Amino acid sequence: MTDVLIVVALLLVAGAATAAVLNRDPMRQALVLSFLGLALALLFTFLQAPDVALSQLAVGSAVTPLMILLTVRKVRRRPGSGDGVDKPAGRER
Amino acid sequence: MTVLPYLVAGWIFLIGVYGLVTSRDLIHAVGCLAVTQSSTYVLLLAVGYRNGGTAPVFADAPTDSRVVDPVVQALALTDIVVGATVTALLLALVVQLRKRHGTVDPDALSELKG
Amino acid sequence: MSPRVRLWVFLVGAAGFAALFAAACLDLPAFGTVPHPYGVRAVHAALSHHTANVIASVNFDLRAFDTLGEESILFSAVIGTVVLLRQARDEHRKDPEPATVHPPVRRFALLTLPFALLVGLYVIAHGQISPGGGFQGGVVAATALHLLYIAADYRALERVRPLTLYEIGEAAGEAAYVITGLAAVLAGSAFLANVLPFGTLATLSSGGTAMVLNAAVGLEVTSGIVVLLARFLDQAVEIEEPGEGGGSPRDTRDSGGNGDDERERA
Repeated sequence: MTDVLIVVALLLVAGAATAAVLNRDPMRQALVLSFLGLALALLFTFLQAPDVALSQLAVGSAVTPLMILLTVRKVRRRPGSGDGVDKPAGRER
Repeated sequence: MTVLPYLVAGWIFLIGVYGLVTSRDLIHAVGCLAVTQSSTYVLLLAVGYRNGGTAPVFADAPTDSRVVDPVVQALALTDIVVGATVTALLLALVVQLRKRHGTVDPDALSELKG
Repeated sequence: MSPRVRLWVFLVGAAGFAALFAAACLDLPAFGTVPHPYGVRAVHAALSHHTANVIASVNFDLRAFDTLGEESILFSAVIGTVVLLRQARDEHRKDPEPATVHPPVRRFALLTLPFALLVGLYVIAHGQISPGGGFQGGVVAATALHLLYIAADYRALERVRPLTLYEIGEAAGEAAYVITGLAAVLAGSAFLANVLPFGTLATLSSGGTAMVLNAAVGLEVTSGIVVLLARFLDQAVEIEEPGEGGGSPRDTRDSGGNGDDERERA
C-alpha cells in the first residue's frame, strides 16, 4: 500500500517538475512550483520524513513562489508605461 | 519500483538543467534552479528509506522500533530552508540586473557586455 | 554561444549523465532495503541524549557545527538580499494604494492568522519532541505574519511589523547559536558540545543544548524570512524607479480608513 502511494507521489513530482520547467511564463511557473512543493511534501510524508515534508510545505509551496511573484511584479513595471503586466519582460532588446 | 525513486531524481535534475540552459528569462531560470535542487532531496530521502520503517521520532514509539535513516533527512531539511534564502538572493540579483540593464533575458545581457 | 550550440552541448552532457546515472542506480541496493549503519548510530546517540526527534538531535547536537555553517549561509544570504534590494539614491518611495479586500477573504485571513502563527511557534518549541523545529516553524511563523497583507493591505502589515526589530532578531539568533557553542567551551567541553542536563525523554525541556540551539535557529529563521519578504514587498509595492508610474494619480484618502480599521481588528 505504501509502495503504491510512493509511486503515485513520485510520478506526481516528476510531472510537476516537468511542467514547472516547461512553463516559460514566470508567473505561471510560480504557481506550478507551488504545486511541485505540495507534491514533494506529499512524497516526503510517504517516505516517513515528516520533518522534511513540513519544511518543504512551508518553503516550496509558499515562500519561494511568493518571492518569484513579487520579483515578476517588480521587474514587469516598465518606466513610463504604467503596469505593463501582460508584456513579457526580457523579450525587448 | 526498486530503482524508480532514483531515476525520478535523475529525471528532475535533467529537466531542471534543461530549463536553465534554454531559459530566456532569469526569473524562470531561478525557478528551474529550485526544481533542480529538489532532485537532491528526492535522491537523499530515497536512499534513506527502509521498508516498513517509521519516522525517526520516538515521542510515542518504542525506542527499538524500525525507523528510516534520520541523517539524510537532517541534511535535506536544513538545505530546503537555506535554499530558499539563496533563491531570494538570486532573485534580488535579478531585480538589480533589471534596474541596471533594463532586461532579464540572459542572451540580451551577454550581447550588452560584448 | 548561440542557443542552438548551447542546446547541443546540453544534450550531449545530459545523455552522458543519464547513462552514467542509470548505470549507478542499477548498481545501488534496491529501494528500501539498504542497511543504515549511520542511521542506527544516530538513533542510539539521540536516545542517549534524551532527544525524541532524532532529526533535531542530528541537526542541533550530533552535527551542530554543520548547522552553524548552514545558519551562516542563511544569515549572509539574507544580508546580501537586504543590501541588493535597498532603496537606491535615484529611486523614490510611493505610498501604496490602499487595496479593497473582499470581506470573506478578509475574515478568513484574519481567522487563520493567529492559528498559523501559533502553529509556527508550537512547531519551533516542540522541535526536539515532534516533527518540526526552528527551521520549519520559523518559516511557518514568518509566512503566517504575511496573512495580514492578504487580510488588510500593505500599510497595515508595515505598522505591525517593526522591521528593525526583526533585523536585530536575525543577528541575535546567529549570535545566540555561537554563544551557546562558546559556553560549552567555557564549561570545559568542546565547541557546541551538549553540556546541559538532558532532561526526560519526550518532554519540552529534554535534549540539553539541542533545545537552546533549536530556539536560536527558530528566532533567526523567523526574522530572516520576515526581512526577506519585507524587502521583496518593498520593491514590488513601494519603491519606484525614476520615471516609473508617473501618470497614474493616486488618491490615498479615498479608502484610507480601510487599513486603519483592519489594524485595530487585528
